[in-house]
Amino acid sequence: ASNCQRAGLDGILGRNSLRGRGGPGTGASCVQHRLVVRDASTLQILHLYTCTDQIQYIEWSSDSQFILCAMYKRGLVQVWSLEQPDWHCRIDEGSAGLVASCWSPDGRHILNTTEFHLRITVWSLCTKSVSYIKYPKACQQGVAFTKDGRYMAVAERRDCKDFISIFVCRNWQLLRHFDTETQDLFGIEWAPNGCVLAAWDTCLEYKVLLYSLDGRLLSSYRAYEWPLGIKSIAWSPSSQFLAIGSFDEKVRILNHVTWKKITELEHPAVITNKKTIVYKEVEKSPTLGTERLSFPPTRALASSLFSTQSKYDICQVPVSLNYIKPVADKANPKVGVGMLAFSADNCFLATKNDNIPNAVWIWDMRKLKLAVVLEQLYSIQCFQWDPCQPRLAVCTGSSRVYLWSPAGCVVVKVPGEGDFQIVSLSWHSSGDSMLLLSKDHFCVCYLEREEVK
Amino acid sequence: MGDWRTVTVPLLSSDSKNIFPYTSERKSPASMSSEVLRLSLPSAKSMHSFFSAFCTEENIEQSISYIDRELTTMGFPSIYVESKGKELDLVSMVNCMNELLVLQHKNLRAQEEIEIQHLKLGSDMDHLQNCYTKLKEQLELSKREIVGLQERDRQLQSKNRNLHQLLKNEKDEVQKLQNVISSRATQYNHDMKRKEREYNKLKERLHQLVMNKKDKKLAMEVLNYVGRADGKRGAWRTDKTEARNEEEMYKVLLSDYEQRQKQLLLENTELKKVLQQMKKDIISLLPPQKQKPKERSEDGPVLSDQEEDIGELNKENMWELSCETVREQLTNSIRKQWRMLKNHVEKLDNQVSRGHSGALNEKDVISREDHELETGKLELEIQQCKEMIRTQQQLLQQQLTCDDDTTLLLQDCYLLEERERLQEEWRLFREQKRNFEKERKSFTEAAIRLGLERKAFEEDRGAWLKHQFLSMTADCKSENSTTPSAFLRSADTDLRLVRSASQQKRPPSVLSTTASPEPCQISQYITQNSVASEKPAADYLPNLWVGSDGKEETEECTKTWEDSGLDTLCRNLHMEQLP
Repeated sequence: ASNCQRAGLDGILGRNSLRGRGGPGTGASCVQHRLVVRDASTLQILHLYTCTDQIQYIEWSSDSQFILCAMYKRGLVQVWSLEQPDWHCRIDEGSAGLVASCWSPDGRHILNTTEFHLRITVWSLCTKSVSYIKYPKACQQGVAFTKDGRYMAVAERRDCKDFISIFVCRNWQLLRHFDTETQDLFGIEWAPNGCVLAAWDTCLEYKVLLYSLDGRLLSSYRAYEWPLGIKSIAWSPSSQFLAIGSFDEKVRILNHVTWKKITELEHPAVITNKKTIVYKEVEKSPTLGTERLSFPPTRALASSLFSTQSKYDICQVPVSLNYIKPVADKANPKVGVGMLAFSADNCFLATKNDNIPNAVWIWDMRKLKLAVVLEQLYSIQCFQWDPCQPRLAVCTGSSRVYLWSPAGCVVVKVPGEGDFQIVSLSWHSSGDSMLLLSKDHFCVCYLEREEVK
Repeated sequence: MGDWRTVTVPLLSSDSKNIFPYTSERKSPASMSSEVLRLSLPSAKSMHSFFSAFCTEENIEQSISYIDRELTTMGFPSIYVESKGKELDLVSMVNCMNELLVLQHKNLRAQEEIEIQHLKLGSDMDHLQNCYTKLKEQLELSKREIVGLQERDRQLQSKNRNLHQLLKNEKDEVQKLQNVISSRATQYNHDMKRKEREYNKLKERLHQLVMNKKDKKLAMEVLNYVGRADGKRGAWRTDKTEARNEEEMYKVLLSDYEQRQKQLLLENTELKKVLQQMKKDIISLLPPQKQKPKERSEDGPVLSDQEEDIGELNKENMWELSCETVREQLTNSIRKQWRMLKNHVEKLDNQVSRGHSGALNEKDVISREDHELETGKLELEIQQCKEMIRTQQQLLQQQLTCDDDTTLLLQDCYLLEERERLQEEWRLFREQKRNFEKERKSFTEAAIRLGLERKAFEEDRGAWLKHQFLSMTADCKSENSTTPSAFLRSADTDLRLVRSASQQKRPPSVLSTTASPEPCQISQYITQNSVASEKPAADYLPNLWVGSDGKEETEECTKTWEDSGLDTLCRNLHMEQLP
């Protein structure tokens, strides 16, 4: 049971960057120069800020007191306070340029990465101090904070060798600095318990390295040698499992005791297991009785006439999924497991195999078996688990959002006229609502909580 | 004798070589004699003419003497009456003739048999030859096939060799390519490193340029500094803080490890509980009185161990001990018990599979039968219930439709019921009738069969009588000769004669006793006659018998089975036989 409330933003141009952060129930959106802060439950405008240039990126601080607006073109970051609307902060990176900006976990420091990854500047909002971190590595996931916000790991590159530096976030003091046995470090990710750091190599080589907080190498894992390797990595919320999606269309799961592989999850194009439920989205054009047709047609009727509905059908196995043969002679082939996410209760793992783009695979982690496959009509753009319960939201670039839970799945259409192409979604931290984003609009989907009897 | 030869030779000059082989070609093989026989066979006429040519009025004496000589050489008695010199003994001559004829017949039969055998053998030979040629062809074919297969095998082998070569080449190629790949990779890595170094130099340079120049723009404008989220002041970086950081880090790690250890401990205790439970269960499950002597006989220490373990079980604090001290003991005891349990279960399994497989199956079958029976019963019940419901519904409907004249309807109902009952009775009656008819039919059939059997029996009897009669006629030849006229009578008298003959049962008289030639001649004639007349008489006799008997039978039948039509049927049967 869910309903969508839609908020139209008139005159939006350019990229809409919007982050729905939880906390006191506020949402922020930006339209060109302006930053609009709304109440998450009523969508009423609470604040309106004007920046000096077109905003390219916004981010809430962890305590939801500040919002960071980055204008990469100008090398400028502006920070606004919610409590003191007249307070402001402006950080100029000058001629060094700016490519990335983010909050530190405490919400009082801003980390700016300069162009060419020359350095990371840490600006403090509390003191006038500035810290520099030199030689940051230009890679997909070069900076990682532990969940408790105490430590930060930074991937570095010096003298053609990869290093990892661990900083204490409280005073930006270097805690550990060690080199890694990687060819070309691609990403780092802390385990949710903040004690293990996973580092993986470039896709040319399948290699995962696991480091303890104190810099000891706990283990390294290598599944195979020659073909393209790791594509994505995800820790389970309990830090028990590390799921590694790779270009060979498999997910390998490592355990946290021996760091050995527990199982391999394959993503075949044909589902044969009788215990797997395959939900297939089917479109149906609305059937209207002639007695309901009136002249002139009502607006609702007209809109419903031109929009198709869709629903889920349960397919009988074996089911063959829509398979796209990857082009071999192109870089970054659309093959392999590119998206991975554990549910909040560790019980489910959702994956997407890039050469079967219309399917979401949901694995039962208690049985280590494929539980459900959702086959959509269009390719999956994004999926995210409800932060409170095993509930998955999926969007496919259509005007529908799809929700799966162990009880079943539903299709929710964004009401209103026109096509609302959902390209991204984000859950509210309470799990009560969900932000749906199209190119130039957003809407909030409120999920009615079932009465607990 | 010598003079007879001189006479006969010219006479039989044309056929002498064949007819008298013993004169000139005595040494000819046995086949010659058969040829002679064959030649002498052609027809009675030629034989007659031949005999007439052989014996004429003039040389009858010589012929007879020649024949006599021939016969004596062949081992027959002389045809001359020994006592009276040149007088012919007609009886012995006839006997000789008969013997010769019999011999000839025998020879002919033997010849025929031999010919047939010859033919058979010839056909067998042909067949065998055919087989031989066929087999030869097959052999040839198989040889060719073998050659073909060998050729193919050779080709395949060469192909295989080629493929092996190719595989080897491919492997080499793969190796080479791998080498190429690795060399390229190293080259690429080297180049990458070079480029990266250059890039790093550039970066350094850029850094210097960007950072060293006093960038006025590089700044932060803040309205006023905000407090920290935790409310504390930022600490200075000192060695002390560094040490504290270390400490904190280790604290974090330690807490994590502690947490993990706690989890493991929890898991361990859970597992221990399960283990304990299992142990208890196993011990309670294993039949001690059964298992103990066996264990003792096999190995003593196991039992003591087990007992120890049982003793240990009671000590709960044993589980609180760290695993290391008790681990070995524990695992050993568990293992032993587990083995015992396994053995026990296997034994039980064997018992079950051996003893109960049959019984189980039977049980299963019985239960199924029972089930079917039950279902049948239930179905029947359902049927009955349905019928009842239907009738009730009908009644109800009738009641509902016409409430006014219910009494009339009831009456109607009763009438209907009555009628139904009558109809039922009528049906039963008809069925009975049908059954009766069926029975009657079966009885008629049985009667017919009986008649047929009787007929067959009578025929047999007739045949037997005929046989008896024939033997009688053969026996009473001598007697017949005394009363020749008797044989010329009608069949009825014949019958009587047969009966009397059978009653007399005289021993058969020897032929030689009848001395006179003339009565002998007559008797022969008569016997011929009697033989001719014997057949029809034999044919008639049993029929007459059957006829008279059959009439009695049919009368009986008509008495017992009135209105069955059997009477006429039997009569018809006899009418057919009578003519």
